[in-house]
Amino acid sequence: MEPASGIRLDHNHKLSLREFPYIIRWRDDRCKRCGRCTAVCPVKAIEATVKVQRIVKSEGPVPTPTAVRSITHVVEQVTDMERYCTGCGTCTLVCPNEAIEPEFNPQHKFLHYKNKGGDGYKRGGRRNDPSISTLDRLKFTRISMLTDPALDAGRHEFRIRSYIGRILPPENLPLKISNGKLVVDKESIFIPPVREIFPIMIGSMSIGALSPPMWEGLAMGVTYLNEVEGMPVVMASGEGGMPPRLLRSKYLKYFIIQIASGYFGWDEIIHALPHMVEDPAAIEIKYGQGAKPGDGGLLMAQKVLKLIAKIRGVPQFVDLASPPTHQTKYSIEEAVAKMIQSMSMAWGFRVPVYPKISGTKTARAVLNNLARNPYAAALSIDGEDGGTGAAYNVSMDKMGHPIASNLRECYLDLVKQGKQNELPLIAAGGIGKKGNLAANAAALIMLGASAVSIGKYIMQAAADCFGDEYNRCNLCNTGKCPRGITTQDPKLYRRLDSDRVAERVVEVFKAADVELRKIFAPMGRSTELPIGMSDGLSIDDQAIAERLGISYAC
Amino acid sequence: MCRLAAITSKDYISSIEPILALETMKEGHDGSGLGLTLKNLGGEFEKLKKYPILSGICSKTGKKTLDDFMKKQGFRLRHEWTPKIKPIRGIVARDYYFARAYDYPASYAGKSMHEKEELLMNTRLAIRKMGEPDESIFAFSFYPDVITLKEVGDPLEVAEFFGLDKNGLKAKIVFAQGRQNTNYAIYLYACHPFFIQGYCSMTNGENTAFVPIREFLMSRGFPGYIGYNSDSEVFTHILHYTVRQLKFPLTYYKDVITPLKPSEMENRTDREALKLIKQSLRPLCIDGPNMVIGFTPDGTCFMVQDSKKLRPGVVGGIKGRYALMSEECGVDRAVPKRDRSKDIFPMKYDMVIVSPDAQEVKVWNQLQG
Repeated sequence: MEPASGIRLDHNHKLSLREFPYIIRWRDDRCKRCGRCTAVCPVKAIEATVKVQRIVKSEGPVPTPTAVRSITHVVEQVTDMERYCTGCGTCTLVCPNEAIEPEFNPQHKFLHYKNKGGDGYKRGGRRNDPSISTLDRLKFTRISMLTDPALDAGRHEFRIRSYIGRILPPENLPLKISNGKLVVDKESIFIPPVREIFPIMIGSMSIGALSPPMWEGLAMGVTYLNEVEGMPVVMASGEGGMPPRLLRSKYLKYFIIQIASGYFGWDEIIHALPHMVEDPAAIEIKYGQGAKPGDGGLLMAQKVLKLIAKIRGVPQFVDLASPPTHQTKYSIEEAVAKMIQSMSMAWGFRVPVYPKISGTKTARAVLNNLARNPYAAALSIDGEDGGTGAAYNVSMDKMGHPIASNLRECYLDLVKQGKQNELPLIAAGGIGKKGNLAANAAALIMLGASAVSIGKYIMQAAADCFGDEYNRCNLCNTGKCPRGITTQDPKLYRRLDSDRVAERVVEVFKAADVELRKIFAPMGRSTELPIGMSDGLSIDDQAIAERLGISYAC
Repeated sequence: MCRLAAITSKDYISSIEPILALETMKEGHDGSGLGLTLKNLGGEFEKLKKYPILSGICSKTGKKTLDDFMKKQGFRLRHEWTPKIKPIRGIVARDYYFARAYDYPASYAGKSMHEKEELLMNTRLAIRKMGEPDESIFAFSFYPDVITLKEVGDPLEVAEFFGLDKNGLKAKIVFAQGRQNTNYAIYLYACHPFFIQGYCSMTNGENTAFVPIREFLMSRGFPGYIGYNSDSEVFTHILHYTVRQLKFPLTYYKDVITPLKPSEMENRTDREALKLIKQSLRPLCIDGPNMVIGFTPDGTCFMVQDSKKLRPGVVGGIKGRYALMSEECGVDRAVPKRDRSKDIFPMKYDMVIVSPDAQEVKVWNQLQG
């Protein structure tokens, strides 16, 4: 008999496993009780426990039931919402006998309960929306067939390059004719700095948010792509500074340094300025990010270890919250312009400086202001599907604007003003969500983007991040990343090999380059990026087609 | 793919000549239309060089509208040429084909050529706008010493229809296009050559970068950058924009439509300018497959290829007469007595430039500048 005293037999107020997003399928017959799964689980959602079993046996020709009590060792999922199974599957990875795996439970009521203590659910990762995005619905339908020859992606020369930096309108170029040739009259006008880049860049993810081997792996991969492969891929630092030696190295030119509202890492950057041997690729001023529009950055205390504390110039183990907005931001007309100019001035106006905002209905207002500011080098718009970050679930899932129409309306606004080539638009948010990196990038370029930025995709592709649109894992904020990508705990991040990450970064970009050629070649484009070539796109939805100003095809 | 035939000469030639050359390239066009632009006119227009000539087609009602409009604008008719139409099966004759030389309005007597060009273009655009909805008037060009004729049909039959073999329309430069109708409905405004303020071009091949180029040109705030019933019209407007509006020397047209790679620019002494041009005019880069033949107001003719050289094109001739054609057989027809070994097949970096009066032919190489 079970002891009754002190136990509520009705188990009311106790959650059943059916409320949980992932249910552990454990096979008694396969498990050898090694304990690896319970040891590795980042959230302690499973535990080794003992069960008392009463087994009734009857042996012999007539029924002679006898009850035997035995104690068995089992692996059990806990029903504590604070230790919910995130579905990461690390247990499956380490199990020698394939005895355990989490299974997604579509009937879960996770969000009903994940607000203990009166605080909303906070997590890492990005928006949980497994539906097919607009980007993935766009098709490339203008195929060169007989009336004009399709190009050969393998044989013809392709130039898949773009620019960041303010580009002068042709009418304002400081050119004069001398002996029948055009020469630049440098004295007459300020020529803004412009960088030629590969049109897919790695978006801002900070040291701190990322583990040392992850950031290092990305940086090494990007440097290899530039130095060895001749692909001018750039990577943004995120808010949190950069390794001091990198700041002083010749490789700084492949990095975009981000400044955000917390100014973390900028003490180090400013002190490194006189020692820099190269200018950075650009400076990104973060006003918003797609993962959590309207929210500031947040590096939780558990991730602020010694290295991070040093780079950022802060004490260890304190929450590092960047305010939702820059303290100096009074108005876009004044404060943003001043910030752009200040940052430009810090590098002698040799470095493009551009703001990054979350996707929003107000993007066009921001854009039009920047279009009038001759020092604004670009506008980066981060759509709702994007970003990696620590934020409230509600911010991630419900705030923001899809990138496709946001980008398109901004581009068409520039076309109206004739400035479509002057202020490059950088689009982000859900690129490669379903793995279609090159296709999503090409679609955005043809809608008007000069370049696109990726975050989550590169974590998944280069470092095997578990995260997906079913809230799998998404522990980035906790410092317990089971892959060692977003943690500062040496025990976890030593699982990640930075060389392997770098290798994968190189593979990803080289493959994207090939795929972009395979998209552009049949469309007859090879010399310049087909920015705004909207006649090449179609979609199977009349309303979306109309909104994006492209054709409907079915 | 359309077929193109251009002849530039120091003497006045009959407008039928490039059409006969087109006939030799007949396999390459489907007879869906003929476009003809004549520059440096001879014959009855030789003495009218300073008067702008309006070329077009109109219906009976369109004619009245046109007359009233031109009168109201202050243009005075000096001379009129109309073809003696010979009925040809398959060609539907429109009411009234014309090339009319006008005197400028009195108020423009002392004005500069630049101001006159604005007036002529704006007048042409206004006429186009009036006549476009009901197709009662087509106005192809309005400029001194230039005539444009267009009609749907087989080029040789259209030439016969207009009586070009007999009527003595002569010019030193004649551009002819045999139209291959592909993506677009047969429409006269879609027929090459295209002309704007002294600049003219015709192209074969499709323009894969048409939409971004069109958007860029249309957003320049220049009223003449409209139309685009053919994706090839942008090539003429890029020429006009580069040379007239931006005041770049002609060879930079090549640098605009097919910019060099940064490594290739290193050999050019004007590399700094090229870098800025490449950035600022990025949307005007053509991606082919296209071959462009054009002329500028001074009578210089040229031929360029896209950067992959995916279309045919050849220039050949003798001093005083050069032919710029899609195919060798066209050159053979236009200038049979020449040294064929000196024919020029421009490749991806080349721009073949024939000086006015066909005195000299030069191959400008983009890598060398």
